[in-house]
Amino acid sequence: MTDQAQKAVGNGWQSEKYIKNLAKRKRSERRFRLTGLLAILTALTLLAILLFSIVSKGYSAFVQTTITLDITFTESVIDPNGKMDPAELRTANYAKLVQDALREKFPDVKGRRDLRKLFSLVSNDADSALREMVENDPDLIGKTVSVDLIAGDDVDMLNKGYIDRDAVEDDRRVKDQELVWLDKLEADGDIKMRFNSGFFTNGDSREPEKAGIAGAMVGSFYTIIVTMLISFPIGVMTAIYLEEFATKNKLTDLIEVNINNLAAVPSIVFGLLGLAIFLNFAHLPRSAPVVGGLTLALMTLPTIIIAARAAIRAVPDSIRQAALGLGASKQQAAFHHILPLSMPGILTGTIIGLSQALGETAPLLMIGMVAFIADIPGGFTDPATVMPVQIFLWADSPERAFVEKTSGAIMVLLGFLIILNAFAVVLRKKFERRW
Amino acid sequence: MPIQAEENVENRSNAEHGVIISTRDVNVYYGDNHALHGVSLDINKHQVTSLIGPSGCGKSTYLRCLNRMNDTVDSCRVTGEILLDGVDIYGPSVDEVLLRARVGMVFQKPNPFPKSIYDNVAYGPRIHGLADNKDDLDEIVLTSLEKAGLIKEVQDRLHSSGTGLSGGQQQRLCIARALAVRPDIILMDEPCSALDPIATAKVEELIDELKENYTIIIVTHSMQQAARISQRTAFFHLGEIVETGDTEKLFTSPTDKRTQGYITGRFG
Repeated sequence: MTDQAQKAVGNGWQSEKYIKNLAKRKRSERRFRLTGLLAILTALTLLAILLFSIVSKGYSAFVQTTITLDITFTESVIDPNGKMDPAELRTANYAKLVQDALREKFPDVKGRRDLRKLFSLVSNDADSALREMVENDPDLIGKTVSVDLIAGDDVDMLNKGYIDRDAVEDDRRVKDQELVWLDKLEADGDIKMRFNSGFFTNGDSREPEKAGIAGAMVGSFYTIIVTMLISFPIGVMTAIYLEEFATKNKLTDLIEVNINNLAAVPSIVFGLLGLAIFLNFAHLPRSAPVVGGLTLALMTLPTIIIAARAAIRAVPDSIRQAALGLGASKQQAAFHHILPLSMPGILTGTIIGLSQALGETAPLLMIGMVAFIADIPGGFTDPATVMPVQIFLWADSPERAFVEKTSGAIMVLLGFLIILNAFAVVLRKKFERRW
Repeated sequence: MPIQAEENVENRSNAEHGVIISTRDVNVYYGDNHALHGVSLDINKHQVTSLIGPSGCGKSTYLRCLNRMNDTVDSCRVTGEILLDGVDIYGPSVDEVLLRARVGMVFQKPNPFPKSIYDNVAYGPRIHGLADNKDDLDEIVLTSLEKAGLIKEVQDRLHSSGTGLSGGQQQRLCIARALAVRPDIILMDEPCSALDPIATAKVEELIDELKENYTIIIVTHSMQQAARISQRTAFFHLGEIVETGDTEKLFTSPTDKRTQGYITGRFG
């Protein structure tokens, strides 16, 4: 018996042919592993390059250059009548205070053109900051206070190193004369960098130093709420009906094929559908989150239905039979057992569908959400834009300062998407069941 | 029809039990597949009837006709007459949901809901409104667990998950769950095939006790099990009933060659 076994080994497993074959098999496996590793490394490298390029361009959007000036809140400018009337305080010419402070700082600048250049060092939005200060504390009137004012976007770009000082003057947004003034301010310690809170609290603006993503964030929020309220219930109900109630026949097969195909339809087509139905037929307000949400809901529905059906199908049949065997109706079996058990999968699919909708631009262009809207929307029917569209708009703007805004907005959007997806992972882990 | 004649004789011999389910010429089709060919069988009250036969012989299909679980299969079609206490269960006046409450079912693989032990048993009474208040429900749950012989093992952890029990305990939990809706008949589809010998012995003991109050129909692959627990046995082969009779008689002196072949292990 042992002799025989040894003989078999000698002839079979140790023969040259088998050893060769084994070596070949091992080589092939090593090759496959190496290829897989390379593929992953390539993907990671590309991801790292993408993130690096966005972050390196975008991080500076979160800081802002300010110029410190001694502002005298001259009573004759702000409150010439001395009545402290709030309406008058609101409409006073605060820009003059800034101009006076700059004139005082640079007394030898004369001439309209030079003065206008001098004044443009500071953002032309600086006066609203002063107005706010006075409104909060009317005692300031008559006093001289040192105030950090937002610099103009060209100064900001220069300070962040995006404008090359050594370039030929004609190719440079900041001219030599302005450089002299800025150097003086710098030498006096009047140029500072601070956290750009306006980026998160302001709406869009034509002035890059004033533009923020608050309007787009609120618009995205309203839009996603509408999308979720429409697509989640309809999608889940559809999936339950198709999986648990509908009989399998040609018609349900056709519906299934069509749902799968809809998930692959280019999103701009859904935009056209939204334009045709919600705007041209139903006459809903243009550029409004409610229309954007409805359009995105159409786009998200197939994703949710497919994910929900897969989750429902993953519930073992034995649970269904246990419920039916006890005399539960089909509806009771579906809603008491199958739906709760498939909920983690359904929620994961829904969140992935919604984060897709959150990052969608094309269908919203069709329904007018691409308009320039400076106000932060106050409701579902106010004109609004959303974050990806805001990114698109800024990427299209000529000013150098919008480049960092674009990357900054991308970082914020990516942040939201990561949070949403992390939430999906947590839900899945938390409700995962074994049976 | 020699089988038919014999059946009548036996019915008389089991007269004290009476017939609770009577099936005549039952045919089942899955699409084009004719799975059950004109099966006629009477089930006696308060007895254990076992259905034996090789794989694919139609015994599970027959069992699933008795509580209309076959309705859940789209392509399935059932013809013939199945009378429960003289009422055709496929008749228009019968609601399959109520039928399934009266004819409970225990499945091959223990399938407790991924909920607490208490909720597993309480689910049936809840959906059928059998309990008026919390105390009633507690009572039903506890008596059902007691009848299923599980109460001692689980009384301290009624609110922990039913899926955390061992396989045998899970199967007895499923039996308790079926008992909680107060059925007359319990169908068991190979209830011990996923259990170890000790758990199997416990379930068999339980079945023996339950037959005092319930009519039990059990599909089993184990001829020893059929011999141990059932009073009557039906042998299925290729979608037909070959032989029916008192268990003792069927196993000791089968009249049909095929039955003899199967119980002596020559095929199946």
